[in-house]
Amino acid sequence: MDGSTPASPSLEATKAPARRRRSTSLALEAWRRFRRHRLALAGAVILLLMILAIVFGPSLWPVAINDIDFKARLEGPSWGHPFGTDDLGQDLLARMLYGGRISLAVGLAAMAFAIVVGTLIGAIAGMSRGWVGSALMWLTDLFLSLPQLPLLLLVIYLFRDFLKSLFGAEGGVFILIVAVIGGLRWMPVARLVRAQFLSLREKEFVEAARALGASKSRQVVRHILPNALGPVIVAGTIDVAAAIIAESTLSFLGLGFPPDIPTWGRILFDAKDYLDIAPYWAMFPGAAIFLAVLSINFVGDGLRDALDPRKVM
Amino acid sequence: MGSYLLRRLLIAVPSLLGISVVLFTVLALAPGDPFEELATNPAVPPEVRTALRIKFGLDDPVLVRYVHWLIAMLGGDWGFSFVSRVDVGTLIMQRLPTTLFVIGCSQLLAILIALPVGIYAATRPYSFFDQVANTLAFIGFSLPTFFTGLLFILLFSITLDWLPFVYRSDISATGWHWVLEYARQAIMPISVLALFQAASLTRYVRSAMLDVIRLDYVTTARAKGLAERVVIVKHVVRNALIPVVTLVALQLPAVFGGAIVTEQIFRIPGIGSLLISSILANDTPVVMAVTFVFACLVVLFNLIADILYGWLDPRITFA
Amino acid sequence: MHEHELHRLIASVKTGDLSRRDFVRRMIAVGLTAPMATQMLDYCGVAKAQAASAYKPNKRGGGGALKVLWWQGATLLNPHFAVGTKDQEGSRIFYEPLAAWDADGELVPILAAEIPTRDNGGLAADGMSVTWKLKRNVKWHDGRPFTADDCVFNWEYASDPATAAVTIGSYKDVKVQKLDDYTVTVRFAKPTPFWADAFVGTRGMVIPRHLFADYKGEKSRDAPTNLKPVGTGPYKFADFKPGDLVRGEINADYHRENRPYFDSIEMKGGGDAISAARAVIQTGEYDYAWNMQVEDEILKRLEKGGKGVAVITAGGNIEHIQLNSTDPWTEVDGERSSLKTKHPILSDPAVRQALGMLIDRQSVEDHIYGRTGTATGNFVNNPQRFVSKATKWEFNVDKANQVLDAAGWKKGGDGIRSKDGKKLKFVFQTSINTPRQKTQAIVKQACQKAGIDLELKSVVASVFFSSDVANPDTYPHFYCDLQMYTTTMTEPDPEVFMRQFVSWEVASKDNKWQGRNITRWKSEDYDQAFRAAEGELDPVKRAALFIKMNELVVGDYAVIPVVYRPRVAAISSKLQAPLSGWDNDMWLLADWYREA
Repeated sequence: MDGSTPASPSLEATKAPARRRRSTSLALEAWRRFRRHRLALAGAVILLLMILAIVFGPSLWPVAINDIDFKARLEGPSWGHPFGTDDLGQDLLARMLYGGRISLAVGLAAMAFAIVVGTLIGAIAGMSRGWVGSALMWLTDLFLSLPQLPLLLLVIYLFRDFLKSLFGAEGGVFILIVAVIGGLRWMPVARLVRAQFLSLREKEFVEAARALGASKSRQVVRHILPNALGPVIVAGTIDVAAAIIAESTLSFLGLGFPPDIPTWGRILFDAKDYLDIAPYWAMFPGAAIFLAVLSINFVGDGLRDALDPRKVM
Repeated sequence: MGSYLLRRLLIAVPSLLGISVVLFTVLALAPGDPFEELATNPAVPPEVRTALRIKFGLDDPVLVRYVHWLIAMLGGDWGFSFVSRVDVGTLIMQRLPTTLFVIGCSQLLAILIALPVGIYAATRPYSFFDQVANTLAFIGFSLPTFFTGLLFILLFSITLDWLPFVYRSDISATGWHWVLEYARQAIMPISVLALFQAASLTRYVRSAMLDVIRLDYVTTARAKGLAERVVIVKHVVRNALIPVVTLVALQLPAVFGGAIVTEQIFRIPGIGSLLISSILANDTPVVMAVTFVFACLVVLFNLIADILYGWLDPRITFA
Repeated sequence: MHEHELHRLIASVKTGDLSRRDFVRRMIAVGLTAPMATQMLDYCGVAKAQAASAYKPNKRGGGGALKVLWWQGATLLNPHFAVGTKDQEGSRIFYEPLAAWDADGELVPILAAEIPTRDNGGLAADGMSVTWKLKRNVKWHDGRPFTADDCVFNWEYASDPATAAVTIGSYKDVKVQKLDDYTVTVRFAKPTPFWADAFVGTRGMVIPRHLFADYKGEKSRDAPTNLKPVGTGPYKFADFKPGDLVRGEINADYHRENRPYFDSIEMKGGGDAISAARAVIQTGEYDYAWNMQVEDEILKRLEKGGKGVAVITAGGNIEHIQLNSTDPWTEVDGERSSLKTKHPILSDPAVRQALGMLIDRQSVEDHIYGRTGTATGNFVNNPQRFVSKATKWEFNVDKANQVLDAAGWKKGGDGIRSKDGKKLKFVFQTSINTPRQKTQAIVKQACQKAGIDLELKSVVASVFFSSDVANPDTYPHFYCDLQMYTTTMTEPDPEVFMRQFVSWEVASKDNKWQGRNITRWKSEDYDQAFRAAEGELDPVKRAALFIKMNELVVGDYAVIPVVYRPRVAAISSKLQAPLSGWDNDMWLLADWYREA
């Protein structure tokens, strides 16, 4: 740890250039490490492919997502319907491609939301020794014990029309969903981060930094946070899966997207009653969620290893 | 330590009171009422619903209702259910044993699976065992419990016809036969839940272990010539446990709260299914009681977790 | 309908020139059905032979345990507090009414010695009273005799507003008097053609006076018997866990001989409909499951195993789409959908007509509901005597397009029609329920082809059906253009059912949206016909009035009926259980038995 940057009252101003210079080399180094992590690379490729598929797929496979065709209901995969059809004869490939946009966007955005809020609150609570920490932990406890269903109903009731008028039907719902899922999932992250902080802030290297006059925020950003990231990354990847699935439950509360818009979680939910009749119906969304989670996890693992200065590769 | 504990307990009282205010407000403001089925039945005059709303005090101001609730609760009266017109306490006590058993067993099982698997996987990162364990864990938390539960039912109850899938609280058999029957019906829900929780817990344990295993003092311990087993168990696991303790503390209140989806699928008469049916029916007194007890447990277990941190890592101070 | 001819025939049955059976046969020949014919005879005082029972066992008990599944468990066991059918069913194990409705919509005596008729003096000629003769030697489970005092008490109990009984509607406008220990008279305030309400069927279960007398009014909640019922039914109370389990044991003193067959009954609650169907039809773990709201496709697959079947019982429930007559998007005096407004688009008859042609009811029946929902053009679909034969419906996108073209609605660049700057765009809401969302999808697609844009909205059932005044998403607020749900018809008489279209019942802010007329549709013809039917004692004329009302409602597209939904139960192949669409599933629980 270099203590050459002097602690200064106008911290941001003096720190910024120094950090930029250093972070270029660090980023390069991290990228070098990341590339050598085969699984992480594979995960990144899969994730990229999935994103490409959902972005360009609908134009390459221009079948309407809500084209009802009773003559072709519950058909298995075929050339006409590579992923088969559901019980209204709608093409599952088209629905999967379209639904992937929402599911991945919701999953990633809600994860980001939960991680950022959770880390922030956990970090502040972990560093503070006064009433701020207690207050934040009280807030965490409160959120943990809130019954989610009535809360969701209340949120719909209070904010749906307002957000719709502000951001349009789809945009409003998207913001609402991300806020709701993220807003109900940051607490474990906050507690994890706080627990890590409680332990890390007493460690020698932090003490050393403190002794060298590093400000509190520098201690956190430079020294403690990178070491606390392990559980955060795991929590993040689990949250992606949870968010994709949670989205499907939300639409059953009338909170999600309108019922005729498919998402992965929703397709999986719709398919469950036909599991013994049409297993492929559940298989594709299930596999898609699994692949997304898997690849995000590998990327996360790779990132952690790449960012860990002690790890020698 | 003693004074710290006392202080925390004292802080817990106002904080619980605050939580109860928020809970009550949320429940009171949330839309809906318990008379859904009266609505589509044209034979029931609408005045009946109005009269019931008034009788149950649903139209009183929130503050008045909260004060009523608080006073009654302090006197040990949890109120009565709008839907079944039974004391809430009775309802909860009827459901509690089943939930404690099923959810408790699954939590225990989850920890028993996750700890050894996570630790072993972390000592050999990217080995074959690690890869298999990881993949299974990913599958575990990618599939929601409503899905795995159904899969289990289709496989074990319907195709193989080994296990019953309706959980009965009144098995008529006695003695060993009773135990056997009870175990048979509990296998599926317990394993569905345990697998789901073990999946994420394994990931956390592995990750926390990996973080610690690279630290210098571990290398030092190895360099001293300590056996690998001793290094792992004495030096690594203890330090890696902090995030794990957090997670377990987060999950333990659920032993009381039940697992809503799983209880629903297997018809387990537990707190979770009571909570969900009460929520769907807007049976506010029941929801309030269950969530408030849950809140108390959350606060309590977080306190316990904090104390455990201090024991796991003596340097942690709570000044 | 030739009224003279009918009255002549009825007279000849009375004098014995024509047998009852022949009469019914002739009626069927002219397009009426058996229940309608029998009801006419009953009213005119023609006695009927008690239908032969299909009950075979010749001794009481010995049948083992009867295991039934209710995927929503009973939450209370006092029939006067029974909020939903699940609670009525739980109570019905222990309590009985004086008479119950069978599958044909006919009354069957349970605690009554006989069904009151004009002939036996039970029915007053002016329609002002009905006298019930009670069965003797009926004992409560605790050994006390059942008498007229109990009936009078039930009336006092339920009609007291402080009791907050759900059954108050059946009791508040009548007076019940005891004539002797085994005779009671129900007196009405005005001539009442449909007299079989108090003490009959789902709201008629009788609770014991000696256990509830101290808990009338305010104290009703404290009665210990609320949780430990003591009734007259075939099973005695054993155990109750709200929402989970109701258990009963055989009543060895039951008032009908050789009944019941089973030694105990276990009613398990919770879970979902599909897994309940599996437990009965596929694995045979349970004998009976209630209310199979499951897609027919799935039921059919399950039935292939042969352990059980889905049994369909006709009733009068109707899944329908309501068209808002008022403007849901303009606020007047603090409420939307106010009577002071008119819907800017739906008030155009051409649009209503086009919408009527865009509901693909046949596909909804074929691919969503199957046997559990029959496409219909009528709002009243059962009993047959009230069903209009004149209504028609069709699904025809081309014709709908023509109608809209002719009315001046022109397609714009986005494929959506408009006229005078108003676009054919509607919000279509319903409660959250898989078949409903699928129906919405089918309707939306057809509308799209006709240049109508539908925005689909779904609301959680507990909110949609709540009486919450402040929530705009409830169905009585109707703050959107179209909405869809099922109205249940609980009695084989449409009077109460048809009240939902009279002009004085419009739901509005003034009555806190408690009015029953949700569509806000108003018609003077309809109001007149309804008033006339309320006092009409001649069943034939009365039926004609209701048929006319149905045609008015459907003809003006106040609502578009989609499917009428019979009740569906899953029954193990060996279980014999007489069911009725007009009463609880357990209306004749005493007659349930298992074949060897």
